[in-house]
Amino acid sequence: MNAFRAALGRELLVLWRSPAEIINPLFFFVMVISLFPLAISPKPELLATVAPGVLWVAALLAVMLSLDGLFRRDQESGVLDMLLTAPVMPVVPVLAKLLAHWLLTGLPLVLISPLLGHMLQLPDAALGTVMLSLLLGTPALTIVGAIGAALTVGLNRGGILLAVLVLPLYIPVLIFGAGAVSAAAGGANVDGILAILGALLALTISLGPLAVSAGLKISSGN
Amino acid sequence: MSDSSIRLELVQLGCERDDRMLFSGLSLTARAGEIWQITGANGAGKTTLLRILVGLHGFFEGERRWWQPQWQQDLLYLGHQPGVREELNPLENLRYACALNHQVGDPMAALAAVGLRGFEDVPAAHLSAGQKRRVALARLWLERKAVWVLDEPYTAIDQDGVAQLDAQMQQAAEAGSLVIYTSHHRVGDGVQRLHLENGRAEVLS
Repeated sequence: MNAFRAALGRELLVLWRSPAEIINPLFFFVMVISLFPLAISPKPELLATVAPGVLWVAALLAVMLSLDGLFRRDQESGVLDMLLTAPVMPVVPVLAKLLAHWLLTGLPLVLISPLLGHMLQLPDAALGTVMLSLLLGTPALTIVGAIGAALTVGLNRGGILLAVLVLPLYIPVLIFGAGAVSAAAGGANVDGILAILGALLALTISLGPLAVSAGLKISSGN
Repeated sequence: MSDSSIRLELVQLGCERDDRMLFSGLSLTARAGEIWQITGANGAGKTTLLRILVGLHGFFEGERRWWQPQWQQDLLYLGHQPGVREELNPLENLRYACALNHQVGDPMAALAAVGLRGFEDVPAAHLSAGQKRRVALARLWLERKAVWVLDEPYTAIDQDGVAQLDAQMQQAAEAGSLVIYTSHHRVGDGVQRLHLENGRAEVLS
């Protein structure tokens, strides 16, 4: 537990001192979404139709882009070797890292999403669902993406491989996330869809960190 | 393991990398209180051997036996890279390493011992290569572990630092630690030497 607290504090500090890592995904998310009305057409009914998909695809890509460097600097500086030879299970620092990463890159996307949803002419009743679906979905995206990041950390240009590995696994989250927002915009009950998103999150939280640790071990040469 | 002073036994250890035999048939017994120097030309497999010892490299033949099942509890491994993140200052780096490795001790005193007094809160990005190495080496001045595995600990260290490190390693060995390190620098007399060359491993002492 002590190791977890120390690791969490350290990860938050490292990220906080490299603000580009925090701002880039948020900036990407805001830019992509604000370009859509310019590119398609500013007609409210058209925007409201595409809004769930646009919001979710942008969030998904923002999370994925932020993950490429998740372990790279730790690997280059030798911290990863220390983590794998330490007497604590690697899953402890891995979990701390994922939590810190989501708090500083995923949570800002959730917080700004109602504003962007409003800009895309989503009905106000659906904005809560936008936030809730992203709140359940982005941590799952972070964890699944981290598995790919762990497996590609030893490769110099792992970016494209990461996308190929991870995108298929993102599809269920995307379908249910965007589906929840569409249903809410149509006035339907979304409890069931959100429950499925919650189940996906529970699955990734419980098994994902173990897979990430195993991926790191494989990358180091085991 | 009948002899309680034995810390590490290697039996017919061999490792192949990129279709090249780095070493094979490597057998040795290392005991508490010994210092082992591993030498060899660049690319001879020194770092790979250390990575096998600490469990970072799993592709080898033969056997590697540590003295106890939870050997990682009492291992101090310093890798080829110092393990220092540039965003953090030396104190934060050291505290994190200690928390992960369950190592107790006074980090401020350890940093002072390696000559980093006054640099505790300077971001590591502003430190020289030698100073970064010293941040990693500061762990040798904290609670003593039963086994030290050090990969090129002398890299970028100045003359005074080398003498200080020699003394610290000898002191640890006298207190009962097993020290294994790679370097061309010899700590002192009575050091066991393992030489890797052309796929062969020879014990010279």
